[in-house]
This record gives sequence, C-alpha cells and structure tokens, in this order.
Amino acid sequence: MSDHTATLDSPTPPETIRLDKVVIRFAGDSGDGMQVAGNRFTDASAAFGNDLATLPSFPAEIRAPAGTLPGVSSFQVQIADFDILTAGDAPDCLVAMNPAALKANLADLRQGGTLVVNTEAFDERNLAKAGYEKNPLEDSSLDGYRVIEAPMDALTKEAVAGSGVSGRDVLRSKNFFALGLLGWLFHRPLEPTQTWIADKFAKNPPVVTANTAALKAGWNFGFTTEAARTTFEVKPAKLSPGTYTNVTGNTALAWGLIAAAQCAKLPLFYGSYPITPASDILHELARHKNFGVRTFQAEDEIAAVGSAVGAAFAGNLAVTGTSGPGMALKSETVSLAIATELPLLVVNVQRGGPSTGLPTKPEQADLLFAMFGRHGEAPLPVLAIATPSEAFEMAIEAARLALKYMTPVILLSDNHIANGSEPWRLPDLSTLPDISVPFAAPDGGTFLPYSRDLHTFARPWAIPGTPGLEHRIGGLEKEAVTGNVDYEPANHQLMTDSRAWKIANIANDIPPVVVNADQEAQVLVLGWGSTYGAIRAAANRLRNRGQKVAVAHLRHLNPFPANLGEVVRAYRHVLIPELNTGQLLKLVRADFLVDAVGLNKVSGVPFRVAEIEEKVLEMLGVEQTTPAEGAMQ
Amino acid sequence: MTTTYTRADFQTDQEVRWCPGCGDYTILAAVQNFMAGMGVERHNIVFVSGIGCSSRFPYYMNTYGFHSIHGRAPAVASGIVATRPDLSVWVVTGDGDALSIGGNHLIHALRRNVNLKILLFNNQIYGLTKGQYSPTSEVGKLTKSSPAGTVDWPFNPISLALGAEASFAARTIDIDRNHTTEILRRAHEHKGTAFVEIYQNCNVFNDKAFLQLTGKEERAVNRIDLIHGQPIIFGPNRENTVVWDNGAAKIVPTDSVTADRIIVHDERHPDPSVAFALSRLSHGPYGPTPMGIFRAVERPVYETAFNQQLVEAQSKRGPGDLAQLIRSLGTWEVA
Repeated sequence: MSDHTATLDSPTPPETIRLDKVVIRFAGDSGDGMQVAGNRFTDASAAFGNDLATLPSFPAEIRAPAGTLPGVSSFQVQIADFDILTAGDAPDCLVAMNPAALKANLADLRQGGTLVVNTEAFDERNLAKAGYEKNPLEDSSLDGYRVIEAPMDALTKEAVAGSGVSGRDVLRSKNFFALGLLGWLFHRPLEPTQTWIADKFAKNPPVVTANTAALKAGWNFGFTTEAARTTFEVKPAKLSPGTYTNVTGNTALAWGLIAAAQCAKLPLFYGSYPITPASDILHELARHKNFGVRTFQAEDEIAAVGSAVGAAFAGNLAVTGTSGPGMALKSETVSLAIATELPLLVVNVQRGGPSTGLPTKPEQADLLFAMFGRHGEAPLPVLAIATPSEAFEMAIEAARLALKYMTPVILLSDNHIANGSEPWRLPDLSTLPDISVPFAAPDGGTFLPYSRDLHTFARPWAIPGTPGLEHRIGGLEKEAVTGNVDYEPANHQLMTDSRAWKIANIANDIPPVVVNADQEAQVLVLGWGSTYGAIRAAANRLRNRGQKVAVAHLRHLNPFPANLGEVVRAYRHVLIPELNTGQLLKLVRADFLVDAVGLNKVSGVPFRVAEIEEKVLEMLGVEQTTPAEGAMQ
Repeated sequence: MTTTYTRADFQTDQEVRWCPGCGDYTILAAVQNFMAGMGVERHNIVFVSGIGCSSRFPYYMNTYGFHSIHGRAPAVASGIVATRPDLSVWVVTGDGDALSIGGNHLIHALRRNVNLKILLFNNQIYGLTKGQYSPTSEVGKLTKSSPAGTVDWPFNPISLALGAEASFAARTIDIDRNHTTEILRRAHEHKGTAFVEIYQNCNVFNDKAFLQLTGKEERAVNRIDLIHGQPIIFGPNRENTVVWDNGAAKIVPTDSVTADRIIVHDERHPDPSVAFALSRLSHGPYGPTPMGIFRAVERPVYETAFNQQLVEAQSKRGPGDLAQLIRSLGTWEVA
C-alpha cells in the first residue's frame, strides 16, 4: 500500500457514477461487527432518502471458530432511487474482512463488481482456515473485479491511537473503518453514524472517540486511494410523502402487538421462551412495560403458550411467539384454545427445519403445520406477513380476528421478515381500527358460556371476577350452549361443525385478494409471506421486457379470501413460488382443482428475483436470449 | 363485606363422576366447606386443573374453572395470577399430572413463588388410564404396565417441592377432614405458592395404599404431626421422637435422648434443608410419616414484583405513547 501516501500528494479527481440502485454486502467473521456496519450503512441510506431492503445472514453459532467459513456473518442491503422490493440478487459491492468471508461470498459478487478487502487478514493462517492454497489477492483469481485493498488493522490502529482504547479492543473499531470507506465509495453521509456512535457508546467516551476516528479514517482512505477514485451515487427515492423509519419485522411485530392491545383496549400479555429468530419480539416487548405490557419468560414453550391461554381466560390480549420447534411443542395447547374458544395470538417466525434445522435461515415450511398441525378437527385462522413493516398492521389484524371470533390465530413470519428491514411510512395512528370486544356481563339469567353470536358464532368471553358468570371450561367436548361436558354423538358433530363454520365464515370478514394484473395476462404468480418482494420485482422486470403478468399475494391463508377460487381459475397458468416443497400449492390445487405449478426452493436463502422471472418466461414459452436479470450498468 | 356462603353455594349442577368410595369426594367436601367460610367472593375464585381423576375437580366447584391439559395447570394458572393478582387461584392436580408429565411446570411455579394454591392428590397410581404405576408408586409395584414390578425409584413430593424452594409445603390425608381444612386455611393465607400433598385413596386401582396412616392402630404408631413450635414426638405413648443425627433427622426412642436433643418444629426456618430433612423421615406412607406443614416462609411473591415493574416503568417514563414509540428509531421526512 505504498501508493496510499503517494496519492495523498496528488489525488486524481474523483469520478462519480450515477446508479439507480446498488447492492452491497458486508461480510466478515461473526466477531467483526458486520451486522452493525450493515445496519449503520442502512440507516445512513435511509436518512439520505433512498429506498432500501436488507437481508442479514449470520451463523447459528454465537462465535464459530474465528476465521472459518462457518463463522462468516454477512449483511446485504440494496439501496435505490426508486421503490425496490428485495435486498437484491447479487451484490455489486462486497466487503470481505477476511479470506473466509471472501470465499463464502465471492461467487455471488457480480462480475466487474467492487471488492473491498482487509489485506492484513489475508495471512497464512487465515488463508489456511478458509481453505485457500494460494492468496487470492496475489494470483489472478480476482481479475474480473475492481479490488480495493485496505490494510484495515494498521490504519484502524493508527486512527484509534490516543482515543484511550487500547490492546485488543483497538481492532473492534475496524468495522467502522470499513463503513467509512463504503461511505466514501457510495456518497453516504457520515453524520447519522457519528450521532449513533455518540449515543450508543455515551457511557464510554474512549469508544466514541475510537469508533468515530476509525469511521473518518476509512472515509479518508477512500478519498486518498487511487483504486477508490470511482465512486457511486444513488439519489434519494421518490417515495410517497410522509414520515419514515427503518424497521425490522420483529420490531414492527412487537410494536404492532402493542398497538393491537391499545386498539382492543386490553392489557397485552406475551408468554414466550427464548428461540431464534423470535426472541427479539420478546426483547422489544420487555422494554415497554410502561405500555402495560407484561412479558412472561416461561420455563418452556408449553408453559409459554399455557400462560398465554391462562392470561386470555383472565381477560388479556394474550400472545405467544416462537419458531418451528416451539410450534411443535405448543400444538396441544393451541388445540385447547380451540376447544375453549379463547382469543390467542400465536406468532411463528419460521426457520429452516426439520428439528433444529437452520435456526438462522428463512424457510416457509410451516404453512401446512399451521393449517393442520393439531390433533382432531381443529381449524383456526392462519395469516402471513409479507414484508417487515407490514408486521405492524398484520399483528392488529390477527388480534382483531382472535378477539372477534374467540379463536386462536396463527400469524406466520419468517427469518427473512424478522431480521430484514425496510423503510416504513408511519401510519396515521388515528386511523387504526377499534378491535375491542365487550366482556360478557350478567343479565340475571343463567350464564351460557357456549351460546353463540348469531353473526360471528363467537361464544361470550366472561372473565373471572365477574359476579354471576362463574363457569367452567376445558378441553373435554362441550355441550352446545351450556358448555357442560358432553360426549353425545350428535353434539360432537354439531360442535365440530360449529367450530369449522366459525372459522370458514371469516372469509366474509377479510379483504378479497387483490390481483395486480396486465390486460390479457396468461400467468398468475401467487405468493404468500416473505416472497412478496421477489415476486413483485420479478413482475416489474417481466413487464419491462414487454411480458404480461398478474401477481397476487395472500395475507389470509385460512380461510382464503372469498374470491381466491375465481382468481386462480381466471388464468391459464398459476405459478406459486414458495420457500418449501409446495405447501400453498397443495392447498390451492386441493381447494380449487386448478393445475397450479410450484417454484420451490429450500436452501435457506430467499428467492433471487431472476429465478422467478426465468420460471415465468419458461411457462410463457419465451426464448431467453438475454440474461433474465436486467443488467444494471 | 363478603357474601355469606354455605357449602351448597360451591356445588354445581354437574353429577360428580368419581368412583363410589373415591377419596376425592371427601376432599371436595372439605374444600367446598372451607371455601364457604374463606371470606373470598365466589366469582374471585378460579380452579385450574390438568388431566386425571383429580383434575375433574373444577367441574364440581361453582367458581370460575379451567380444566386444561395434562400437566399444564401450573402454567395456565401462572398466566392468570400474573395478570390478575386480585383472584384466588387454586390448582388441583395428581401425582401423574404434577410429577410426571407436568414436573417442569410444578418446579418452576414453586421457584417463582407465584401466588397459587396447588393441591396434589397423591394416590400413587394412574387412575383415569386404569391402573399404571405413577411416579410415586413404590418400587416393585405390580401394575398392568409393570407385570414384573416397577424398577422406578419414586419421588417424595414434599422433598421435591422443597428442593424447588417451595415457600409453603404441607401434607395431609383425605380422610382427616379437620386436618385437611386446617391445611387449606393455612395455604390460603400463605402469600406465594402453597404446595399441599393430599394422600388420597384410589379404592379401585390402589386400595388401602395409605393403610399405615389410616388404620386405627397403624395410624397411632406412624403418624408424626408436625406442629410449629412443638417438639416432634409421636406414637400412642409418645414413645418416639426425632433428633438430629449426623446432619439428618432421625427417629429414636424418646427415652433414649435428653429433651434438649429433640427437634422443635420450626416451619419458618429460612433454610429449606431443615424442612427437607424432615421430609426424608418417610419415603411413601409405609411407616412413620410426617403430616402437617413442613415449611411456611415468606419470600418475594412473583406477581407482586412482576406487576410492580409496570408501575415503576409508568412512573418513570409515563404511560406509553405509541406515536413516540414508532418514531424511536429515528425518522426522516419525504415531501
């Protein structure tokens, strides 16, 4: 890096390339602070006004052996000057803090893309750990990329000197060096990050000084380095007017639950047991006790849902949250909530399975489990969140159905939504719906806990402490109306039918599925959950190529919107992309007898837009003479 | 001013469906009688149960009731108490329900000291599934699922509860209604989890399991009444007593020791190992068996601290403002 000092004397004028979007991936060891760097870059971009979407990826181990492939943690963000829908298929710029990060991510980097490496991490030991026989920085293997080599350890040490931070802690500022350099390359303002550092480490002034110095050193390194002469600028996006924040799905979900409780005029109870990737909902809710939020960290998943059922009986908006393995354990208690007809929200942040599976990777493989994973005839509403910010309103919608219909509701999220983030235009809180329901009140007559509302078929919710409404509920079959234990054949048939009808009737109380269709479109792409962005982006690309498509996305999976049958029958082709082996596909085919086709993937990573685009072209019989993915530059 | 009740006010119109002669009937009568005079409004009482013969109990109590699922009653009840400390919440469970499938919830309720009254009907057998051995069945027991005799070492429920640092642990027996009533009263008055083991005869699948404590002569010989502040002496002629011996409690002839060596029962001893030592005097109802309150100490009650945190958060930060919350991560304006 001898040219580093040389360029100080005679920097060539920088060249700025305008882009409409760019995809950046920060990759390093799990201890390298890549999630922090990615999040800071994201927030700076949000403050700058870009539209964006993020996709963090981290190992299931807290600290896998340093320098190894399993220890690589990454954070991908796409920023754009228009409304984008995904974190991008392939990075345009890759930051590799060590050889393992390079090895694990290089294949994804676009040809001709920018590669930022920490040269000092490419020593013999780290190269060996990553399985490199030769140093890729010294052979021709990186010839197809623009490589910016930075001796980050030395430059960070130099910058941090005098801050008061010493010893091994000095190198902890390295991620801010990388962030500063990226700030130069992509014209990001440094102020939001400086403010964040000052706030975050307020109790430790030397760390504020060190991180700020490293950030600036990174930026200055870019300014003075020949290889970094060319920079990129992505102008602010033209988003709808309003106030925005950048939010992850787990945070939006936690806030949505708090909002739902206010809309329901009930205290919120969240019973949960720590599990990846749902724990952040518990963490977020536990911080907001001043909202009257009660979080109960139970001894296990069964107690988590059990406590929530108890809280529901006692008159709370009761919620339990978990991921797949926890759903399996909660199954019996969810059935109890169906039999006792109590309002309960069950959040499942899906991850790869079976068993412990891929705890930190997304998958949509719990749909059929949500639909049918209980003993007996035990239907309940199933909803799915499509994007991180949508978690807010979906939490309210799930609560609305639970309370109005006195039923447990399963709300599906996944690891992509939970940890991914996007700008969220803040809603006008005065427009949030009133979802409150009255508790049963004594009317002088005999209380009948299993009498039903004629419209919703919901039973009355009589909470302990109400004089005159003393009653018993439980898992044994109930006699209609009285709620007494009853095993008579005709009664069980009636009760089974009543429970089924109650849920099926919800189809009349949810919005129809909205189809975004071109005239004469022959293919409908139908999705649910976190594939939303990839499907919409694929549709945009197809339209740019002159193809006609229709897209629709389901938020309500049980019951389906009343118009879904009509919609799927209206197209010659129905394509259902899912991160599973074809679960919505089975339901749609079974319910509507249409020859829908699946596009299925279970590799622990979201769809690339191009995968969906190519599949649609294939179905339409279009020759793919040009690469499906629209070239960016 | 609370309503004046009689036992009949706590009876429901549901036919009681335990086997004729079941010990559960006596316990039900004792509980209904006790509740009539407990001084708590009927609508503020909740019975929660799991699965098993004993767990049908809520259907026969004219209070709020929740017959939940196998082993989970302490979890369901914890959700009720945590959010509604105004209620008097009782859990009715059995040896299989509480100690086998629900063991985890039991120990965690005890550890937290949730204000629950847990009545464990111990009949040392699975009744509702028709006669398999339970986690309190004696070693070698012949049942349908152990035709060659069980090889499982049984739990001592009081020892287990004390191991989980139960703030209140007591044992009584179905046929002794006065004793049961007195223990119910103390459990009700206790602040925190009250664990009450009730020896209960299953006359169909495990009849006379408690003969050593119910037979007229056997009872006089074997029953050790634990009375706070009293020296522990028992037997028809007070011929046996309990002393400390090498760190453990031991039964010795009264006349073999000086009076100052006899253990004076202290249910309020802060160290649970004292009560634990007494619980080790028996392992099942097969000889001298302590009855009564092993431990009754005050320690912080779960839902009090749990709800206090909400009060403190509100007094420090004010009631939650949703508009502020959704702006808390920083915002930007798009014109």
